[in-house]
Amino acid sequence: MKMSTLLRVTGALAVSALALTAADHAAAQAKKIKIGFVTTLSGPNAAYGIDMRNSFELALDHMGRKMGGIPVEVIYEDDEQKPEVGKQKTDKLLQRDRVDFMAGYIWSNVLLASYKPVVDSKTFLISANAGPSQLAGEQCNPYFFAASWANEQNPMGVGHLLNQKNVKRLYIVAPNYAAGQDMANGVKATFKGEVVGQDMTRWPDQLDFSAEISKIRATKPDAVYIFFPGRAGVQFYTQYSQANLKKEIPLYSVFTVDGVTLKLQKDLVLDTYFGLFWAPDLPYAANQKFVTDYKKKHKDTPTFYGAQSYDVANLIASAVAATKGNLKDKEGLRKALEAANFDSVRGPMKFNKNHFPIHAIYQQEAYKVSENEYDIRTISKIIDNLEDPSAPKCKM
Amino acid sequence: MTPRFITRSLFFFMTLLLIEQFLNGLQIGLLLFLLAAGLTLVFGIMDLVNLAHGSLYMMGAFFAATLTEWTGSFLLGALLALPATALLGIVVEVIALRNLYTRDHLDHVLATFGLILFFNELARILFGVGGMAIPLPDSLLTHFEVLPGLPYPTYRFLIIVVGLLCAVFLYVLVQKTRLGMLIRAGATNREMVGALGIDIKLLFTLVFGLGAALAALAGLMAAPITTVQIGMGDNILILALVVIVIGGIGSIRGAFIAAVMIGLVDTMGRAFLPNMLGTVLSPADAGTVAEALSSMLIYILMSGVLVLRPAGLFPAPGR
Amino acid sequence: MSSLLRLKSPITTIAGSILLVLLGLVPVFAMLLDDPFMLTLFTRIVIMAIAAVSLNLILGYGGMVSFGHAAYIGVGGYAIGILAHHGITEAWIQWPVALIGSALVALLIGLLSLRTKGIFFIMLTLALAQLVYYLGNGAYAYGGDDGLTILQRTDFGGLLDLNDKETLYYLCWVLLVIVLWLTYRVVNSRFGMVLQGAKSNDRRMATLGFPVFRYRLTAFVISGTICGLAGILTATYTDFISPAMMHWTRSGDLIVMVVLGGMGSLFGPLFGAVTFLMLEEILSSWTEYWKIVFGPILLLVVLFARGGIDGAMVRGAAGYALTGLITLFLIYVVHYLWYDDWIPAAVVLAGAAAAILAIWYRQRREAVAIASAGGDHA
Repeated sequence: MKMSTLLRVTGALAVSALALTAADHAAAQAKKIKIGFVTTLSGPNAAYGIDMRNSFELALDHMGRKMGGIPVEVIYEDDEQKPEVGKQKTDKLLQRDRVDFMAGYIWSNVLLASYKPVVDSKTFLISANAGPSQLAGEQCNPYFFAASWANEQNPMGVGHLLNQKNVKRLYIVAPNYAAGQDMANGVKATFKGEVVGQDMTRWPDQLDFSAEISKIRATKPDAVYIFFPGRAGVQFYTQYSQANLKKEIPLYSVFTVDGVTLKLQKDLVLDTYFGLFWAPDLPYAANQKFVTDYKKKHKDTPTFYGAQSYDVANLIASAVAATKGNLKDKEGLRKALEAANFDSVRGPMKFNKNHFPIHAIYQQEAYKVSENEYDIRTISKIIDNLEDPSAPKCKM
Repeated sequence: MTPRFITRSLFFFMTLLLIEQFLNGLQIGLLLFLLAAGLTLVFGIMDLVNLAHGSLYMMGAFFAATLTEWTGSFLLGALLALPATALLGIVVEVIALRNLYTRDHLDHVLATFGLILFFNELARILFGVGGMAIPLPDSLLTHFEVLPGLPYPTYRFLIIVVGLLCAVFLYVLVQKTRLGMLIRAGATNREMVGALGIDIKLLFTLVFGLGAALAALAGLMAAPITTVQIGMGDNILILALVVIVIGGIGSIRGAFIAAVMIGLVDTMGRAFLPNMLGTVLSPADAGTVAEALSSMLIYILMSGVLVLRPAGLFPAPGR
Repeated sequence: MSSLLRLKSPITTIAGSILLVLLGLVPVFAMLLDDPFMLTLFTRIVIMAIAAVSLNLILGYGGMVSFGHAAYIGVGGYAIGILAHHGITEAWIQWPVALIGSALVALLIGLLSLRTKGIFFIMLTLALAQLVYYLGNGAYAYGGDDGLTILQRTDFGGLLDLNDKETLYYLCWVLLVIVLWLTYRVVNSRFGMVLQGAKSNDRRMATLGFPVFRYRLTAFVISGTICGLAGILTATYTDFISPAMMHWTRSGDLIVMVVLGGMGSLFGPLFGAVTFLMLEEILSSWTEYWKIVFGPILLLVVLFARGGIDGAMVRGAAGYALTGLITLFLIYVVHYLWYDDWIPAAVVLAGAAAAILAIWYRQRREAVAIASAGGDHA
């Protein structure tokens, strides 16, 4: 008994700082919905994480910061774009904060590192961006949903677009990592012509694409298809334009132009083509409200990362409302999430059996609003109700 | 078309492509040289391992981008960014690094690693998370006919010219001027130079400022191609270290040769490995395997050089 | 400042032992405080401490600055991950394969790099580790850049259940104690004496008839193997392997931990690992701008607490206390101003002001004799 008292005292002294946080959380066990949100808030790609946080916050504002009448608390954590850090933050959210839902995740390697502890603890994980093909196929899980897309989906749309534009000879450039592979395979799954060249570049430290661009010039394809998310997209577009190829060989891309990169890409992306499931000008009421209020609040255009996060918030809210706030009812929550009974900013969508969306892909372009202001607009719908090819591999 | 004609035109075409890729490699190499030159100067003369050299590269690029925005001229922005970064370097030297010359290399690593973290966050606070771009003036967006049938972007050609000019400037500075003489003397024997009444402290501060200006030049020349972003100096710093180690610490000539070597090996690897592997693998597999191989080429090159010549290509005398 | 002397310095030994005991009690605290995350966090800290101790063996005692130690973490981890992927989970296969694999890689890297010195050694170990990193990156069968999830943890045949958090933690803790004890024995053996002798003057040792290269290579392989052990544990604890675990920044972190804690001291790397990872955890939970505080802390430790935490303890508390105070001040500022937008600016200003004041104070006290700078190549 003496021993245990001593132990308690030493313990309390040694970790008094931690004790404070723990006591804090013990007091917070009231009726409240806790959501953990892991994204990148520092480093060169912080702008996307911040956009996701802004959009998620905006969604909460729109629902009065309550889901099914219960107050919501969101804890945001920075993964520093490192799998190991993301996994540790996820553990913290699960074990210390004991969140009811996990969301966020820009990068597939961070998601894959963090995924197992979440689903093992029977907590629902809703990806707001990453959609690696493993999780859409063999490793699909009853506790995992993607409110974004499966990696191959958007490039498959671009493949259809290339066919519509009568492109026969295509050159592919993408970074050499898993998502890059998926994005290259996606376009090849639907493109009917010949792939005359494919370069996989070093990720993420290759910044100069002169060797690849020289090869494109020499190969003279009908079109070039690229996938370079974030910063690298600005670099590729800059160098492609500097090489004066934009007018000679049309450039098609996916996830390479967004509200953040557009501020740097400016004129460089005019007259190029891209395909995506969402654009800021899609005419749906939910989308109009999201984009207008985001612009009002942050004096900035949201990106697709933000749009997906906005959808995640609404998806969770729809499930909480459907189960009347009974978070213990996992079966009910899953059914409600699967129903996707909410107004998505992308318009009509439903979940496939692997918990990845089935939705339309649009052809888009960037345009100049005014001096120094650029935006993205929809040109046409490429294809409706596109399913991803990994779904049949999912046994669920 | 006879087969012979096809072979011959294919040969001609391949030669042009080879020359173009050679220019690409040269340009990447010279950009790397600009960064490595300052690093090797500081390392060779003050015996200081300055990991924060990459941060000065980044800050130089951010300064240039901001000043270009303010003045509306890339040239003016670039010319102002050089002294600004040199000044920043001098401040860092006087406040923090001056106290470290007598220390172990590992102390340098720890302290300057701390500086990297500091500057990355500082840049984020000062310039925002979105990064910046330096749009080129129309006069530099043109093409330059290097050979008939071989147009090359003017700006990339400018980088080659600036890199070569800088190499000549450094050669003359170190070998032919009084400052260069002091620098060389200081590198060999500090006590003696100090005893001769030269203010060695001031000399070191000046050299550090020069190194910072060189880092800024590298950063602002790279900026229009690669854009300006937080942490842009971190990965390229490793490459610059590889360069100065292959070249031999403190050797400008070594840094020049090593930088061009690395630029060429890297570009040629990326350019031709996929096609070579394409003869045995499917194009998609060739692309991925070639990328993995070409990433390794630089390190294989460096390992090879160091196994054969443990102090680099041009080891400094008296070390 | 012989390392033996430091080892025998009672303050460090006492502090180190207390820390070890406290670490041993972490599961108890975690239970009392009902905070399972504490256990997770400290599992990582203990594993990284093992890696730091392994690096210290060659860096601190042998003067070999390996900038590629993360490669062995990778080799150890990938061995576990790949075997598990193929359904082989028995410990008696997994662990020996992983350890022998790390030893072989260390042997190869050591053979190639130990002929060079100073910065050339640093960069050569980095280059060779980068090759291992890119191999992992290119291993598409095992997830490439995305990495691989380990679905089933190592099976100890009923002896140990690694799925149990406490068991895993105590396994790591016991291994840490064993590794520390092993280091102590190695360092104080004849072998260790030669190693340390070669650090200060390898020509003399060679003249005395010791095959210095072979001694160094042996130490290098031992170190790499222990680091491989840390890799095994990392893979087990995260259920995941990816090339990111052997990125060069990881190797850099390990060096920072060792230097921060105090090189060539038995407990130094332990202090370093605990301080580094705790600071990271605490600071990053307060503000996402935490690196602007963490960076200057490292700089100040170098400037004021020479010889790291261990050195400060041995030499007396003055420098240590000053560093601690500035650190606390900075942390306080960040914490206090957390909710406002202007904090970053205030933190920069306060941090810069504190650093400049402290350095000015120091410069007044002792004139820095740059002229006497020696060419002590690490």
